[in-house]
Amino acid sequence: MASNKTPEVNASSMADIAFLLLIFFLVTTTMDVDTGIGRILPPPADPSVKPPDFKTRNVMNVLVNKSDRLLINGHPGNITTLKEEVKEFITPHVPNNPDFPEVYEDNIALLGTVYRSRALISLKNSRGTSYKMYIAVQDKLAQAFIELRDELSMKKFARHYDDLDEDSKKAINKAIPARVSEAEPDNIGSN
Amino acid sequence: MSRFRKKGGKETPAISTASLPDIIFMILFFFMVSTTMRETELLVKVSAPSAKEIQKLEKKALVSFIYIGEPVQSKLGTNTRIQLNDAFGSVDAIPEFIAKEREARDEADRKFLTTSLKVDRDTKMGIVDDIKQKLRRVGAFKVNYSVQKEQEKK
Repeated sequence: MASNKTPEVNASSMADIAFLLLIFFLVTTTMDVDTGIGRILPPPADPSVKPPDFKTRNVMNVLVNKSDRLLINGHPGNITTLKEEVKEFITPHVPNNPDFPEVYEDNIALLGTVYRSRALISLKNSRGTSYKMYIAVQDKLAQAFIELRDELSMKKFARHYDDLDEDSKKAINKAIPARVSEAEPDNIGSN
Repeated sequence: MSRFRKKGGKETPAISTASLPDIIFMILFFFMVSTTMRETELLVKVSAPSAKEIQKLEKKALVSFIYIGEPVQSKLGTNTRIQLNDAFGSVDAIPEFIAKEREARDEADRKFLTTSLKVDRDTKMGIVDDIKQKLRRVGAFKVNYSVQKEQEKK
């Protein structure tokens, strides 16, 4: 009588099947993690509402023209020094210095009494500005705010901003809000 | 002297390949976990600019993509074009595109819908501004400018 053992299944083609699946996934998927700069756009401007007035000393005008050159508060700027300039501008200068934005004392939970600056960055680009330059400027502005927040965090909590818990981060964000306003585009310099 | 030599050349034993499927499966699972499905065929060339302060794009299901750049097919010229999902679109088609994207999502999730702008680095800002204006008008305020992580220079 023949033995009752079931014959062993030949598994040598298993590798080929796995290879097929592997190659299918290699072809149909992408590796890249999507990263980007997140921004919240403002609601559309209401023509009947007058835009709020800001004192000139509180506003830093950053203009980018169609050949990707910068004009910061009326003088030519450079992308490599933009971060430092913005950082100096948004740092609360105590005592009140007329060359810099107004500062005022404020009491914020977790932080206590801190000096806050009324600084506002106004960014305007021409239609001919390259996207690369626009992103570079946005990035430098973000870096300036992040560095300042990090410094405040080190002073108040002796920890880096990235390591803080959500509540502390919120407090820091309140003390140093990223006030960047993008001007309404107009139709100049389209070439 | 030939004490150790056996008669008849002894063949080297075949290497067992029994664990090969396991190894391949391991690689397969790695790729399945770490990669994402390609959603659309790109019709425009997009080489994203780089920046330092970047965030990860979260909740991929709640993201609608707008691609802006030169067409891949050179016969379509070199003018900057907009790709919405699988086809070329125009700036005027954006409100409709956003409305459709919203309808495809759960009602509770609609307010978290992010628009990811994948724009080529040499694109002029004019077209991007137009799109931003359209997005503002239809209330799609959350945008994400797709950028790569800048390599740290030493």
